[in-house]
Amino acid sequence: MSKILVVAEHDGKKLNQATARCVTCARQVPDAEITVAVLALDPAAVAAQAAALAGVARVVTVAAPHNEHPLAAVLAPQVVELAAGYSHVFGASTAFGKDLMPRVAALMGVPQISDAMAVEGAYRFKRPTYAGNAIVTLEAPAGRTVVATVRTASFEAAPGGGSATIAAASVAAKVPTHTRFVSVSAPSSDRPDLASAPKVVSGGRALGSKENFELIFKLAEAMGAAVGASRAAVDAGYAPNELQVGQTGKIIAPELYVAVGISGAIQHLTGIKDAKTIVAINKDGEAPIFEVADFGLVADLFQVLPELQKSLAK
Amino acid sequence: MRKILVGVKRVVDYNVRVRVKPDGSGVVTDGVKMSVNPFDEIALEEALRIRERGEAGEVVAVSIGPDDAQQQLRTALAMGADRAILVRTNALLEPLAAAQALLAIVRKENADLVIVGKQAIDDDAAQTAPMLAALWDRPQATFCSKVELKGASATIVREVDAGLETIEIDLPAVLSADLRLNEPRYVKLPDIMKAKKKPLDVLELAALGVSAEPGLRPVLTEPPKPRSKGIMVKDVAELVEALKKKGLV
Repeated sequence: MSKILVVAEHDGKKLNQATARCVTCARQVPDAEITVAVLALDPAAVAAQAAALAGVARVVTVAAPHNEHPLAAVLAPQVVELAAGYSHVFGASTAFGKDLMPRVAALMGVPQISDAMAVEGAYRFKRPTYAGNAIVTLEAPAGRTVVATVRTASFEAAPGGGSATIAAASVAAKVPTHTRFVSVSAPSSDRPDLASAPKVVSGGRALGSKENFELIFKLAEAMGAAVGASRAAVDAGYAPNELQVGQTGKIIAPELYVAVGISGAIQHLTGIKDAKTIVAINKDGEAPIFEVADFGLVADLFQVLPELQKSLAK
Repeated sequence: MRKILVGVKRVVDYNVRVRVKPDGSGVVTDGVKMSVNPFDEIALEEALRIRERGEAGEVVAVSIGPDDAQQQLRTALAMGADRAILVRTNALLEPLAAAQALLAIVRKENADLVIVGKQAIDDDAAQTAPMLAALWDRPQATFCSKVELKGASATIVREVDAGLETIEIDLPAVLSADLRLNEPRYVKLPDIMKAKKKPLDVLELAALGVSAEPGLRPVLTEPPKPRSKGIMVKDVAELVEALKKKGLV
């Protein structure tokens, strides 16, 4: 049997959907028994959400003041202690998981698999390298704990309907005080979350300015979509960093992805290639984005965007 | 004065279209342009700026790789690193082994700060910084977009999924550089000439007591599945029609 510990990601109130995707990956491991670990100031609400995920057998909670904010250096020794007896420890390949899981693996003295995108067996996983240009199948040694981050875009969120038991765990691990939380920027709006939204509208360098980028926000609003941006648009200051999609930003898999004024560098394409339908609007008919687009429109975005917004407004 | 260690990885250049070997044993690197990992350039730039502000005395560039990685270390020296160390190995090291090797150098050099790129653009693993911090039992600040040192601590702004997070850490510590930490300087010709005279030491990986044996066995490397070719539409009306037909709008 594979005993899998999934580390929950949350903001103290709500379980992040990335964790539900992680659970789906864990369910694909043969003969899996899944436990979700919730470390928080007050884990009750998040634990209840984790317990409702289909396929989860057990939720363990660690309530402590030092777990109020997710600091890898503080969480890692606790996760290592909780992981005793487990064959696998999974976390989502988000900023949270990428910060925490390698620290966990190193403390355990084992290698880590980054961005697991397919389960080939209890000890065999596929992962992307070179911005998704090469897919590597890795085999971890049986008998040692497999620590992995899960590429969330490759797995659907686990459905509800579960009824796992919830139990508080006490951990003896000494947590360091050398790392202290100060603040985090408030979410920029009530727009849909980029990482989990079924529809995303993204803008690139061709928007030309922060003011023009508003056209992307308007179209997204008309469609009920989240907003994304290419690295070029973020570097140029047209859009904030948390909207960046691609190799070094967010990897997403929406039902519909609309790329506006994005040429489609390989580093961007790796962030969207699991999107079900890709629409590309670009005035350069030779732009590489058209090679992956399901629907391409060669046109001036400044003419097309208002027209599109009008016809899609509900 | 503080001593800063910077990781400099030799990787396939950013602009190369990487191809998988037909036998599935890896990717083609023969005759391919190699460069400093772009995120490591940002890490080095930050270290140089800290030194130029008078907040550090020395910047040491460290690479782990084959003899040819000396080219990338010379680039680092031309950018302004004071000296360089190559930990020589022909093996493709996993991040855990790289972190073990870096830890050995950190201890030998008595470094106060280590800065590396947030990920290397070859394996995209993004593990070395947190692993080194764990083995060293020191703070980590990954995905840095702003670094302020004050005395025995530092205030760091990090790029996280929600936006920007600010943390405070004690030194020594390990930082990983994100895209918007700075814009690396261009190397000028006189600096390349000067770099040839700067010290570059070579150590063997085995001499540091680090095993190059991989913990994970690569079974197969294959190209990604291509997306099927789509269709071109002629105007907005046709696009909206197509999306409606698929129930997407």
